[in-house]
Parts: sequence; structure tokens; C-alpha cells
Amino acid sequence: MIVRISGEGQFKLPDQDADRLNELDNRAVSAVEQGDETGFRELWSQMLEIVASDGNAVDGDELVESDVILPPRDITFEEACGEFTGDGLIPD
Amino acid sequence: MPGLAGRMSTVVKAKISRMLDRAEDPGETLDYGYQKQTELLQNVKKGIADVVTSKKRLQMQTQKLEQQVVKLDTQARQALAQGREDLARTALERKTLAQTEMQSLDTQIKELEAQQEQLTANEQRLRQKIEQFRTKKEVIKAQYSAAEAQVRISEAANGVGEEMADLGLAMQRAEDKTETMRARASAVEELEKAGAFDDITALGSGGDDIDRQLSELTSGAQVDDELAQMKAELGSGGGDAPALEQGEDKA
Repeated sequence: MIVRISGEGQFKLPDQDADRLNELDNRAVSAVEQGDETGFRELWSQMLEIVASDGNAVDGDELVESDVILPPRDITFEEACGEFTGDGLIPD
Repeated sequence: MPGLAGRMSTVVKAKISRMLDRAEDPGETLDYGYQKQTELLQNVKKGIADVVTSKKRLQMQTQKLEQQVVKLDTQARQALAQGREDLARTALERKTLAQTEMQSLDTQIKELEAQQEQLTANEQRLRQKIEQFRTKKEVIKAQYSAAEAQVRISEAANGVGEEMADLGLAMQRAEDKTETMRARASAVEELEKAGAFDDITALGSGGDDIDRQLSELTSGAQVDDELAQMKAELGSGGGDAPALEQGEDKA
């Protein structure tokens, strides 16, 4: 699967990482809903860690779509609140 | 994938498919897509230039403040040596404020530098993808029937489109941050204009309006500490007292 970290480009990850990322993502959503910034930060760094340890950067001249788009690494908690509950960071 | 990732991908995809829907002829779609991509690349350059301009402005302010800090420190020592503790306190209050502002400007300059680096890397990535798209577009135009072309265009356009959307987002964030820093830079300028960092030779009898505000703004404890330290260094203020000079830094 292809994962993009917003602002950093795309990475190729083994397909089985999808479940792990998905689970962390769901837990991050509920952390944000409960206003738990510490919990969110912890989950978020775990997600980034998966990409860092398992991912290989996609070649620059490859035109492929991502299966997953993660927000910028330095996402603020305020941004995360909008991101995890609202319409997304990119306004329609 | 639900949650965050799903939502963002969906928005990006919707944008791209709208772009693809606009043109009926695949060749036209490709050319339009390419045109849009190069336009965005121009905007990125402007965006980066904006960040650099803001950074320079903050750097200039920092330099000015740095000079004032040196000047005010010298004056505080001179005032104290002359037994003018009131003047020394005023100078130190101003110095403290200038230092606080300097620290906050430094943090912001570092943030802008990170922004600049990220945008530059993003721009290079997009440039490479656009170049790839240009090559692909000519191949598609030459080799495929309209129906086949449509599929391949979607693939290529989605790949570039996602990169474009992502860069758009990075630019938006950079712009928001730059905006905040512009406001900060203006606030420092206002303080400067109000005379908050003026050296004390520019002062009247002291105890004017600015000083009353300054006393409120700056941390009294820090000023007290520094004053005590200076006194200790000067050996309880005795000896030959140099005249209060026009803020020259005599180390």
C-alpha cells in the first residue's frame, strides 16, 4: 500500500500495515473526541513510526495514488480536532 | 480506510475528478491538466518568496533589538555607577522587554526556516511529477484511443493531482503561519514606535507613560535580580562614575 505523509511525499508499505494503521487511526479519532491531546500525540507518533520503519520512499517520477494520506507531521492538536471530526484539512 | 485518511483522500479525489470532468476531449484534458500544474508551480514560487520576505523582516528586527539590548545594558551600568538607580531600572526594564521580544522572534524565524525548507522540497517533488506527467501526456496522446486514454489519464492525473493538492495544503499552512508572524512583527514595530526600546538618553524626566506600561509588561523579578547583580559588580556603586553616554557600548 502507498501512504502519503502530507508535506513529505509517498511511501510504500507492506499491505499488512493497513490494519495496524487503521486501528491507531480509530483510537486517535476517539482520543481527539475526548480532548485527550497526550493520548493523541502518542498514537500519532506510533503511526509515523510505522511509516518510518516499514516504508520505502516512492520514486519521484512515479505517478501513483496513495491509499492513505496522513496529515502533516507537525499537526497541531487544534488542526487534529478539525481533521478528525470535520471535513478535512483541505477545504472543499 | 475510515477516519482521517479516508476523509482526506476523498476530498483530494473529488477535486481531481472535477478537474477531469471539465474537459471532454482527452487531449484537451491532458493539456488543461498540465497547464494547471505549471500554474500551481508558479504559485509555489511566490509562496516561498513570501516566506523568505517575512523571515528577512523578522531577522532585521532581531538585529535592531540586539543593538538596543547592548545599548541599554551599558546605560544601566552607567546610570548605576552614577547612583541613578531609577534610570538603571528603566533601562533594565526596556532591556528585558527587548530580550523577550528577541526570543520570540528567534523562535519564529526558525519556524519560517523550516517552512521554507519544506516548501522547497515539495516544489522539487511536484516539479519532477509534472515533468513525468508531460512525458506521459504526449505518449498517451500519440498511442491510445480516446477510451483507453481516459483510463490512463485518470491514473496519471490522480498521481499528480494528489501531489498538487498536498502542496496546496502545505502552502496554506505556510501562509497561515506567515500571517501570524506578520502580525507579531507589526506588534514589535508598534512597541518600537511607541519608544519602548528607546535608550534612556532619549528619555525626559523618566516615569512617563511608556515607563509605567513597561513596568507592567516586564517581569519585576528579573529586573531586580539584574540590578542586584550589577550593583555587586560595581562594588556597591562607589568609585569614579563615568558620565551617561549616548549608548556607546564600552565593554
